[in-house]
Amino acid sequence: MKRTPLTWFRGGGLSNLLFLAPMIIVFAVFSWSPIIRSFVMSFQKTNLITTQWVGLDNFENVLSDPLLGTAIVNTLYFAVLALIFGFPVPLLLAVLMSEVKRGKGLYSALAYLPVVIPPVVAVLLWKFFYDAGPNGVFNTMLGWVGIPPQPWLQSATSAMPSLVIEATWAAAGGSIIIYLAALLSVPPELYDAAEVDGASVWRKVWHVTLPQLRGVLFIMLILQVIATAQVFLEPFLFTGGGPNNATVTVLMLIYRYAFQNSLGGNYGEATALSVMLAIVLAVLSFVYFKVTERWSSN
Amino acid sequence: MSTKRADAEPDVDRGVLSSYDRRRGSVRAGMSLVHVLLLGGLVIAGLGPILWLAKAAVTSTADTITQPIALWPNGIDWANLAQAWFEVHIDQYFLNTVLLALGSWLFSLFIATTAGYGLSVLRPKYAGILNAAVLATLFVPSVVLLVPLYLTIVHPPVGHSLLNNYLAVWLPAATNAFNILLVKRFFDNLPREVFEAARTDGAGPFRLFWSIVLPMSRPILGVVSVFAIIASLKDYLWPMLVLPDPAVQPLGVRLPAIQSQVELDVFLAALAISTVIPIVLFLAFQRVFLRSAGLGGAVKG
Repeated sequence: MKRTPLTWFRGGGLSNLLFLAPMIIVFAVFSWSPIIRSFVMSFQKTNLITTQWVGLDNFENVLSDPLLGTAIVNTLYFAVLALIFGFPVPLLLAVLMSEVKRGKGLYSALAYLPVVIPPVVAVLLWKFFYDAGPNGVFNTMLGWVGIPPQPWLQSATSAMPSLVIEATWAAAGGSIIIYLAALLSVPPELYDAAEVDGASVWRKVWHVTLPQLRGVLFIMLILQVIATAQVFLEPFLFTGGGPNNATVTVLMLIYRYAFQNSLGGNYGEATALSVMLAIVLAVLSFVYFKVTERWSSN
Repeated sequence: MSTKRADAEPDVDRGVLSSYDRRRGSVRAGMSLVHVLLLGGLVIAGLGPILWLAKAAVTSTADTITQPIALWPNGIDWANLAQAWFEVHIDQYFLNTVLLALGSWLFSLFIATTAGYGLSVLRPKYAGILNAAVLATLFVPSVVLLVPLYLTIVHPPVGHSLLNNYLAVWLPAATNAFNILLVKRFFDNLPREVFEAARTDGAGPFRLFWSIVLPMSRPILGVVSVFAIIASLKDYLWPMLVLPDPAVQPLGVRLPAIQSQVELDVFLAALAISTVIPIVLFLAFQRVFLRSAGLGGAVKG
């Protein structure tokens, strides 16, 4: 049959398009074209009125910024601390919670509560808790067990761990719920079999539970690294990057390039740095996608 | 060991501990201890900061500063809440927050359901390419969008600048590939026979969408709603950039800015007011929240 506009219309072509058009338009304007534009802009210098191609200048400028090294080290430091604090704690809590027979819903709800608090509110509240004076909330608590007041956000050495503690508190609930769901899918026969072999409670956790969770653990690891590599809110609101640049992160640097100067940002350098960060993260996302695809097809 | 296990009743939804384990004295004592520690820890860490904030919202500044961890304030200062609501104009920012969340929710639902329906049920020839193009955006971290999307808002392809216009928040919020993917996967699993039957009865694509597919999809619509509303309430950087006028800013953007201008007790009252919407939503729709979280609450840009 010949394809004409009429057969297209009769075959439902128009209504198909009507359903897909909103998504196509919104994605074209607010997702696809900005993504492409970001790669183009990283080779340009623009003040929104005139635009000129500058080759790799933006990349060179960014890479020679003395603050970039600091920002990368800080971001990695945040990511590593977030793994040390944020990985084992939710896992341990989830394993313990899954053994609770009654009131599981209450436990999950309590654990998830910090996740629903808007991050800005959480950060501003914790900023008050972190007060460095002897009457600060956390310092008062430390005083109960005889520990002297800590400087928390005020010192370059303790600022980053303080941010990570708050970030872990804010995010742990989400991880706990995901681990709880994963724990339900561990086949009970495996525990039965381990018991026939005389395994103790700890050996069952170590040799059955954890290996069965390795898929979800790996996914959470990658997702956490992708999220922490783009950390912005905590350093921006807690410390503004201080003290002494100890909490400047890569995303804060991008923000500073683009938006700190009210006369017009250095958009080229900001996009050049975003593109470099994105390439690193895209590799991680790709690994994540491939791995989840393999697991879900099994 | 095996003989002891033989008399244990079959335990299908067991975890690490078997019913035999649970009868052992040491495990019992251990589990009781775990119970107490777990519940105590979760109450302190999960509920503690919120209760503290609720108390601080009705406590005078001097009281909060000198005795931050007192369980009960020396005299309740209700005026903080009224002052925050009326004088600091939290009422206005509260309304802005609600409007931003409602709009993001409606646009996200609209785009996710129409796109999911088009890609999963109608499936025109170009659906495969579109699907790939949507999926591809999942690999692009949100940081890439920041500057070019901001410039798109300042100079949109048609019309004037969208700065201080809520569309600048609503429309980008709707370009969420993860929501579309969720809805599409859900539609993929709906029984095709029902669609065929409806088509035989003469239902067109709009009728099929509105009267058959959407009513069958309540669970996934709930999940997408939670994602969209929570994402909107949590957002900070994007609304701060595209809504520079304080009169249209939501609470989340305003709070850091007003901190230096108001007294501590009023500020803490404002923080407390800001937690009301998400906490009420969470308590009302707890099961949807926890199901969404299990689905991948951690999946973001």
